[in-house]
Amino acid sequence: MINTTLQIIETKEKLTLKFKGKLTLYAISKHQQIIEKIALTNINSIEINIEEVLSIDTAVAIFLHQLSSKFQDKKIVTNLLVIDKDIKDTLELVKRDNIKVSSLPMVQKQSFVHNIGEYIHNHFLGFLLFMAFLGNVFITKIHYLKSIQNIRFKEIAFEINESGLKALGIVSLTSFLIGLVIAYQSAFQLKLYGANIFIVDMIGISILRELAPLITAIVIAGRSGSAFTAQIGAMKITEELDAMRTMGFEPYIFLVMPRIIALMITLPLLIFVSDIMGIFGGMLVANIDLNITVELFVERFHEVVDISHLFIGLLKGPFFAFLIASIAIYRGLMVKNDTQSIGFNTTKSVVESIFAVIVCDAIFSIVFTSLGI
Amino acid sequence: MKKIIEAKNIKTVFDNRVIHNGLNLTINEGDIYGLLGPSGAGKTTLMREMVMLQHIHSGSMSVLGYKLDNISHKNAQKLRRKWGVLFQAGALFSSLTIAENIALPLEEYTDLSKEMIDEIIKFKIDLVGLKQTDANLFPSQISGGMKKKAGLARALAMDPKLLFLDEPTSGLDPVSARDFDALILELRSLLGLTIVMVSHDLQSIYDTMDRVAIIDNKVIAYEGSLKNIKSVKNDFIETFFGKFNEQ
Repeated sequence: MINTTLQIIETKEKLTLKFKGKLTLYAISKHQQIIEKIALTNINSIEINIEEVLSIDTAVAIFLHQLSSKFQDKKIVTNLLVIDKDIKDTLELVKRDNIKVSSLPMVQKQSFVHNIGEYIHNHFLGFLLFMAFLGNVFITKIHYLKSIQNIRFKEIAFEINESGLKALGIVSLTSFLIGLVIAYQSAFQLKLYGANIFIVDMIGISILRELAPLITAIVIAGRSGSAFTAQIGAMKITEELDAMRTMGFEPYIFLVMPRIIALMITLPLLIFVSDIMGIFGGMLVANIDLNITVELFVERFHEVVDISHLFIGLLKGPFFAFLIASIAIYRGLMVKNDTQSIGFNTTKSVVESIFAVIVCDAIFSIVFTSLGI
Repeated sequence: MKKIIEAKNIKTVFDNRVIHNGLNLTINEGDIYGLLGPSGAGKTTLMREMVMLQHIHSGSMSVLGYKLDNISHKNAQKLRRKWGVLFQAGALFSSLTIAENIALPLEEYTDLSKEMIDEIIKFKIDLVGLKQTDANLFPSQISGGMKKKAGLARALAMDPKLLFLDEPTSGLDPVSARDFDALILELRSLLGLTIVMVSHDLQSIYDTMDRVAIIDNKVIAYEGSLKNIKSVKNDFIETFFGKFNEQ
């Protein structure tokens, strides 16, 4: 940055501020601090000398303008000494615009109660919109049921590949590790009591019934749920959804239903894979840490783990899938015409769908327990 | 002359903000009809109302003989096959290639063979002035001007009689913009299209449009040909058309 200097000369009742060099917006705050410290009590005239300044920018012009009007407010006679024509022009430019822009319009502040009311009202509207969305999904379902030709098999197959086959790796790995960790942590406790063989009961029931469906649903909510929201949100911004509508391709038929159906088919299958991998992880730990052979593990598994646990776990699949897909797509459709709203809605989509899955799981838990299954 | 679009007493409201109030217009067969007006006057909104993307608060709109206010689902689907819409940025489906984009309505609505559809795609690509080698590119791989041409080819896929264009020349360089104007005029005479377009491009307005509607202050401030537009007393018309000299 080019150096500017400020020379302050004080004689009896007169103060001279002499600027030199190239004055730009980088130098303003430095000079401002110095000038503010000057005691003005005995002074009745000020001379701002910029005769030796090479050039100024508009920020400096505003600064000088403010400075002189501040001094004038304090009843101090202020003189601005300028020679250069360009600098004079810049100063004039600022003065002219200062008159025009008197004050920026103030954003009206709302009361606290008003804000709460608005917040609740907006959430209520959001709830209504979600209900409208579900209604639309239901109507499309009826349309699908009317004729087999109405079902978009191609899109469904594509989505099964995207959110099912391509997720196999990550779902398998996560479930395997969860099985491993659960077995490892409980092996230590069970060893204390010499109840080694009970690891089979524990792993079998907890994985089949609760852990595999939940873990799979959470992975899929993060993976496919966010993808659905971002895809559909982006399509809304690029007007692709509008283009579809004007061409008579109802997005609910072409985009929404295939995704929901695909996920409802895929999730139970993924849960099954997750079951296998989770139990495999548990078996590995049982073998290494507790010396339970594979034969013994399988035999015990047959004896104590009822098939109903597997079915309960798989049954949760379609329900979780419906929640994840419908929340994700609804969030995608809620995207407004700006890029920020994609990020906002994607975050919301993942958080809300995981929350919904856990609530749904809790309800299942209560229902099945009271039914005695 | 046959009326293609007729709007009567249209009122549009966005969260307590009135956009149109008591707006009337008529678009005749074969017209290239321009919707003009200052920013925020609701030109695009009016066009969205014509293609059933936007709900009309009150008033009636009829397009190609169908009344839009209580149109049945079946008729709405029929109507949608009779028009083509070109959106501002093309709005091509990003997961499909240019050729697949053009093929989509043909595959969905007709039982044409694959070979026949390919032939039609080739013809449409030629018609809008794209190269055959562009057919297999994805929308992300082509320029803005090409996107508009591809969007136009898709809009023309079903040979519609009515075409909606939302700022077709915005964002194009002057040479491409004039080419686009020439293309629109050529298509009109070749295919007997009725074209409704929103535009800000003065040259394009004078080169292509037969009739215009100036939307200002919630109503139509002027409807008619460009010839005597300068005699109309309106702030927008005076500033917008005032300095332009017709060649």
